[in-house]
Amino acid sequence: MGWITVISIWFIPVLIAFVLMYGTYKQVPTYETFVEGAKEGFGMAVSIIPYLVGMLVAISVFRASGAMDFIINLMKPVLQAIGIPSEIVPLAMIRPISGTGALGMTSDLIATHGPDSFIGRLASTMQGSTDTTFYVLTVYFGAVGIKKMGDALKVGLLADVVGIIASILIVTYVFGM
Amino acid sequence: MINKIWVAMLVIGIIFGAVNGRMEEVNEAIFAGAKDAVTICLGLISILVFWLGLMRIAQEGGLLDLLAKLMRPIATRIFPEVPPNHPAMGYILSNMTANLFGLGNAATPMGIKAMQQLKDLNGGSDSASRSMITLLAINTASITLIPTTVISIRMSYGSVSPTEIVGTTLIATTCSTLGALLIDRYFYYRRIRKGRA
Repeated sequence: MGWITVISIWFIPVLIAFVLMYGTYKQVPTYETFVEGAKEGFGMAVSIIPYLVGMLVAISVFRASGAMDFIINLMKPVLQAIGIPSEIVPLAMIRPISGTGALGMTSDLIATHGPDSFIGRLASTMQGSTDTTFYVLTVYFGAVGIKKMGDALKVGLLADVVGIIASILIVTYVFGM
Repeated sequence: MINKIWVAMLVIGIIFGAVNGRMEEVNEAIFAGAKDAVTICLGLISILVFWLGLMRIAQEGGLLDLLAKLMRPIATRIFPEVPPNHPAMGYILSNMTANLFGLGNAATPMGIKAMQQLKDLNGGSDSASRSMITLLAINTASITLIPTTVISIRMSYGSVSPTEIVGTTLIATTCSTLGALLIDRYFYYRRIRKGRA
């Protein structure tokens, strides 16, 4: 398992070195080109602020009011009936909405049930296999000023459902209940 | 749809807060949420500035073109409307590669650059084009080879085998990516049937 840790740590520095050496080999004025491209980053980050403020305020109000807990409790009996452990429901619900929230819940589930328990493995798989749809949508479309999103949200949320169901099936199949 | 969901989350939240007697928490949540958003964006500055600088070198040196050439056969099928030699393709491919290696932070600037190019392709319109929705779908489902964060959480809680979930994660994420592409196609053809694309 050591090799995965090694790859995780080495990948970015090696990538940077490679890009720099390749650029030098191709006679790109590296430092000046870097600064030129980097300038764009600041404006980009600032332009995302309004979109993210709107979205995060709505999400934190929704959570703090107890509305999210209410919906989760409504869904619990249905999910338990088809064999989905109720402990995982809040994580599945929050994954598309809040990345840090989901990360918090995953660590909480792993701490409570143990990393090598069924719930621990399921939480790990779910956390690793989907992304925060609302965040991705807000940041990507916000940065370039897309106002009419078309079917993007529907597609993203349905893909999350596929990922969650796939996680439950594959973890049940590989590790058993 | 995003307008309705946004209003619904806020209004339902405020009504629930009133009913549950949690108005104080709701009030705090408003300001905490706004502050978190700005903190996240400020945190993004360092990453965006660095990676966009590096990406410019990769672009000028021709690395992005090289990458695009390698993955072109798949990418042209997923993004039929993007000309294979357009810079958008290079950014889309580097975004996908970064996601593959679990480099969420490095994937974001490339995804944004790709979106910018796609917007230009779409005549600068402020509505999302077909390719933009596809790119977004791929990103929300993000194929992951190495879920770095999860592995490190499992390690810190003393897992016997922190990386045993790499396989299940890869399979689940492949399913969600394929699902995202199929759902994206379904909605696209539905838009065409309704004469909206």
